[in-house]
Amino acid sequence: MAVFAGWDMPVEYSGLANEHMAVRTRAGLFDVSHMGQVELAGKDALAAVEHMTSNDAGKLKIGQAQYSGLTTPAGTFVDDLLVYRFATDHFLFVVNASNMGKDFAWITEQATPFGDVSAVNTSARYALIALQGPAARDVLQTLTDVDLGAIACYWFAHGEVAGVRATISRTGYTGEHGFEIFTPPQSAVRVWDAILQADRSADVVPAGLGARDTLRLEAAMRLYGNEIDDTTTVLEADLEWIVGWDKGEFIGRAVLADQKARGLSRRLVGFEMVDRAIARHGYDVYLDGAKVGTVTSGTKTPFLKKAIGMAYLPVARTEPGTEFEVDVRGRRAKARVVPLPFYTRPKG
Amino acid sequence: MYPQTYKYTNDHEWIDLATGRMGVTDYAQKQLGDIVFLELPEVGKTVKKGEQVGTVESVKAVSEIFAPVSGTIAEVNAGLAEKPESINHDAHGSWMVAITPADPAEAQDLLDAAQYAELTK
Repeated sequence: MAVFAGWDMPVEYSGLANEHMAVRTRAGLFDVSHMGQVELAGKDALAAVEHMTSNDAGKLKIGQAQYSGLTTPAGTFVDDLLVYRFATDHFLFVVNASNMGKDFAWITEQATPFGDVSAVNTSARYALIALQGPAARDVLQTLTDVDLGAIACYWFAHGEVAGVRATISRTGYTGEHGFEIFTPPQSAVRVWDAILQADRSADVVPAGLGARDTLRLEAAMRLYGNEIDDTTTVLEADLEWIVGWDKGEFIGRAVLADQKARGLSRRLVGFEMVDRAIARHGYDVYLDGAKVGTVTSGTKTPFLKKAIGMAYLPVARTEPGTEFEVDVRGRRAKARVVPLPFYTRPKG
Repeated sequence: MYPQTYKYTNDHEWIDLATGRMGVTDYAQKQLGDIVFLELPEVGKTVKKGEQVGTVESVKAVSEIFAPVSGTIAEVNAGLAEKPESINHDAHGSWMVAITPADPAEAQDLLDAAQYAELTK
């Protein structure tokens, strides 16, 4: 167990690699109740959400969710988040636990001028359980009347799981097919136990923060504090797909538009180690003998069984195949830029 | 749990003084979790007691391996470097290098199995 953002979190249960492989081949169950929730409601809620997030929330239908950025005026990240549209004028933000305090203060401040919108910290109302892996749907379907096959990627539905009121969202942080289940905290253990016992043949295992990190790395999903923070812009993080250029003004838009017009100086890339070594978070990156940045995330991952990572490089040197060096505890080890993501789940 | 014929360090290495072969303890492998990488020295290298002889890396952490005694690296287990996950399954059977001790008296400072078990309780 480890303390994370004030929560006592399981790093691993049966072993990180075992849990990671279970998610890629069967299913793993994560307790991600630490994630923060903020709800915005009122006639002006959409306008407020459009103003403070980078993606176009106006495109969301009721029952749909999107990945987005809570942006600063500099086009960098206060946080990254999922935006759910519960109703025409009711949105749910799911944010990082470690940022919850500053996020809520920021969201409240940005929403206030909009008039008819209130922002409420509803984190204590939700436990969040993620069931991820190719067997996730079949296992969960045994516990709910909601037709899970009808929930498309980044959509959600309200219903019951194991007799407990729940919102079932087809989202996750593993690169795998799966669901995230919001339940009242007092009933979370019941849902957790029911999922583990639902289908013994599926062999669902509890999975911890450790596997969550290696799974998201293989899927090249950004982690706040590693790939992104308030010094990295949305474009530098190679996340232009969460910029709703067509929606008009939002916080940081001017800087991002300027950056797009002038061209970036650096951009996030994925890499594989060429030399026999593992690059890790914080290790220095060298190009032509000069330090140009640091590794944002890196390890040897259980499914791909390769030493992979992400780092910021000068934009002229971000082409796949480009070689650079990582200072691995005093030794320069060669790495090569590769396309992201490292892992894409098999279709079908 | 800990073989009686081995000696142990406070840094969680074991050494079999009969052969000079050494590795990390079962306690160490449990702390590290899934081991994925092993960096070992060249044969012939001389090391001082307590000096780094290699590195063992798990998915989540990096740990240095220290020499339990001073001496010369006599053997390197290249096969283990190819399958470092073996350490998770059998830490006390997974020798990394063999050291020819320079000063047999140094071994007197090492822990025996009971003392090491007490240390990791």
